[in-house]
Amino acid sequence: MHLVYPAVLAALLFSIGVYGVLARRNTVLVLMSVELMLNAVNLNLVAFDAWLRDALHAGQALTLFTITVAAAEIGLGLAIVLLVFRTRGTADIDRLTALGDPSEDAEDAEADTVLKGQAVA
Amino acid sequence: MITSLLASAGPLTPAARSFLSPTGVEIVFLLVGIAVLGSAVIAVTTKQLVHAALWLVVALGGLAVEFLLLTAEFVAWVQVLIYLGSVVVLVLFGLMLTKAPIGRSPDADSGNRWVALAVALAAAGTLVTLVVDAFRTSWIDLGGGGGSAAMTGQSLFRHWVLPFEALSVLLLAALVGAIVLSRTKDERPPKPRPGKLRTGKPVGLSSVPASTTPPQES
Repeated sequence: MHLVYPAVLAALLFSIGVYGVLARRNTVLVLMSVELMLNAVNLNLVAFDAWLRDALHAGQALTLFTITVAAAEIGLGLAIVLLVFRTRGTADIDRLTALGDPSEDAEDAEADTVLKGQAVA
Repeated sequence: MITSLLASAGPLTPAARSFLSPTGVEIVFLLVGIAVLGSAVIAVTTKQLVHAALWLVVALGGLAVEFLLLTAEFVAWVQVLIYLGSVVVLVLFGLMLTKAPIGRSPDADSGNRWVALAVALAAAGTLVTLVVDAFRTSWIDLGGGGGSAAMTGQSLFRHWVLPFEALSVLLLAALVGAIVLSRTKDERPPKPRPGKLRTGKPVGLSSVPASTTPPQES
């Protein structure tokens, strides 16, 4: 098998994950997109392990480690999200601006992002 | 070490294998990869939050098939067990516990969607160009059963024992941390809320409402 196929698939999957992380508003969906990015890395690790024929199987061992770390990450992340939801009553990332600049409120930020989006588009 | 790695790698010279005559494994890989990409795109763009989690199942299951095609059997089954078994269930739990709307929610994407799309397209273009340019002639020589459970277990418990144990400690720490974070409150009895009568006092007998009781602490 050509190495290009899994490498390109992993790159595209990583980009989809980047889009999800940046564009989603619900925190749980952002965590889902992070899982997609981690899976792209897993695919790269497995493909390069098969390509290099590593005697130590470092790629597959690292893939198992990544899967475990991803499981721990989503457990902790969901615990934090639930805590935030219980404290503030929302799971929207855009509304969690308690640590932001106090001079700009949510409407200003929203209008700012819309303007930026129009400028880019 | 790098030279030995490169020497043990696949052939670096331009191979005679053409992209125009794909093998059967490549065809299956491409088809499953298209399914994975499509379901991932739906998972990050759909307006229905629960459907996003279910499309994530399709994407991760397709990735398990890709692992199988790359002869990493053990990793594929671990992927099925952990991702499809626990991570997606955790995500669904999270969606339900944060009272995600079941139907279609119009504000699922934030306002900077187009910036995100531009960043993602730029990342995809850069990465794909780089990867295609670097690995255009590389060939994976599949076969040999390098990813069977026996081989993975041998390498894991012969060469990777210390990271493995450190990882179990990490999992334990994450578990304890999640429990500590999601515990509701300490064990003290709840303070009386203003506007609510104390329990044990009959309502009709006491003319003093509970809101006038002195607050214990502010």
